[in-house]
Amino acid sequence: MDTCIKKIRELSAELLEKGEVQKVIGFAQGTIPMATSPIAIESKQDTEKLVFNSTCGLNLANYASKQKGKVAIIAKGCDSRNIVTHIVENQIQRDQIYIIGVPCTGMVDKSKIATLFEDEITGFTEDGNTLRVTSSSREEILKKQDYLRENCLYCTHKNPILYDVLATELVEEQMLEKPFPDVDRIEALDTDAKWQHFENLTKNCIRCYACRNACPLCYCPTCFVDEAGPQWVGKGQNKTDVNTFHYLRAFHCAGRCTDCGACVEACPMGINVRDFTRKLNKDALELFGWEAGLDITKRPPLDAYSPEDPDDFIK
Amino acid sequence: MGNLLEHMGIERDRLHFSWISSAEATKFVDVVKEISEKVRALGPNKKLVKDYN
Ligand code: SF4
Ligand code: SF4
Repeated sequence: MDTCIKKIRELSAELLEKGEVQKVIGFAQGTIPMATSPIAIESKQDTEKLVFNSTCGLNLANYASKQKGKVAIIAKGCDSRNIVTHIVENQIQRDQIYIIGVPCTGMVDKSKIATLFEDEITGFTEDGNTLRVTSSSREEILKKQDYLRENCLYCTHKNPILYDVLATELVEEQMLEKPFPDVDRIEALDTDAKWQHFENLTKNCIRCYACRNACPLCYCPTCFVDEAGPQWVGKGQNKTDVNTFHYLRAFHCAGRCTDCGACVEACPMGINVRDFTRKLNKDALELFGWEAGLDITKRPPLDAYSPEDPDDFIK
Repeated sequence: MGNLLEHMGIERDRLHFSWISSAEATKFVDVVKEISEKVRALGPNKKLVKDYN
């Protein structure tokens, strides 16, 4: 990935210099190791600030809409699928966006790495599949493959779906015999155990809405949880309100979620909110043969009617 | 929607979808009977209920 950042900087500098785009949206190094944050740069000099590595787990499609003029954006496989969704949902026009595609080899699970250390992590570098993580007391050499985020492990669209230029060569896609082992595990539980699973999952949620804010799908001007008249859901820490928020947010993402993992990446409480959306992704695939963000000409299944839609739940 | 509720641990039989024309009185009665029986068998719902006290 180190080589691709050179290319990303070159392409960005060229685009900005020629005035083809007003801004480039990419990742910049964060203030602590293993952290990157989104950045929008407007000048050639600033391209030095751009980075790309295995800690770029947020989804930049979230920042692509509501921009003035034409913007360039760095897009991993999942980000590009969310850009496709944005175009389909009229949040952005295709000619307003220049996509610098980055075939992706996965992002690392930062909390999993953090659990290896008792003290604070002070350094993180990577070279291909090798991660070198240091703290004040010791150093660990890790295989990136063992520390991938769960959504990256199950990812079958590492290569961008839609792009204007690629920053590096395409990577091989994996074929999964069981694409949703995590959902299968929950489905195998009985009713009360399922309920308990989700009760436990959300019990530490502080309703900060970081998951919603990181999600490119959540672009409504006023989210249902913020609405005051009518107030669809209470604003406190009441369990039922917390679960209602998660349940309904997930449902709003049905047939649109690309499993980019930005929601989980953003959660300060380490909650795998994907447990909700993954079920809907599985249903979308099984009931409608649909994966979000693969086709710029098709509307998501819950948005379109077809006489073939399954209707065996209506009695 | 039903699938996700079921996935979260809400009993499937608590949620019913039906399409009944205003002319189909007997179908309406049948469906409501069936729903009441199924929900009665499950007992009172304790999940996703807000306690205001
Ligand atoms: S719900 Fe989470 S995984 Fe799905 S698109 Fe939004 S941020 Fe990505
Ligand atoms: S980011 Fe985490 S803590 Fe915050 S609202 Fe979402 S699930 Fe809850």
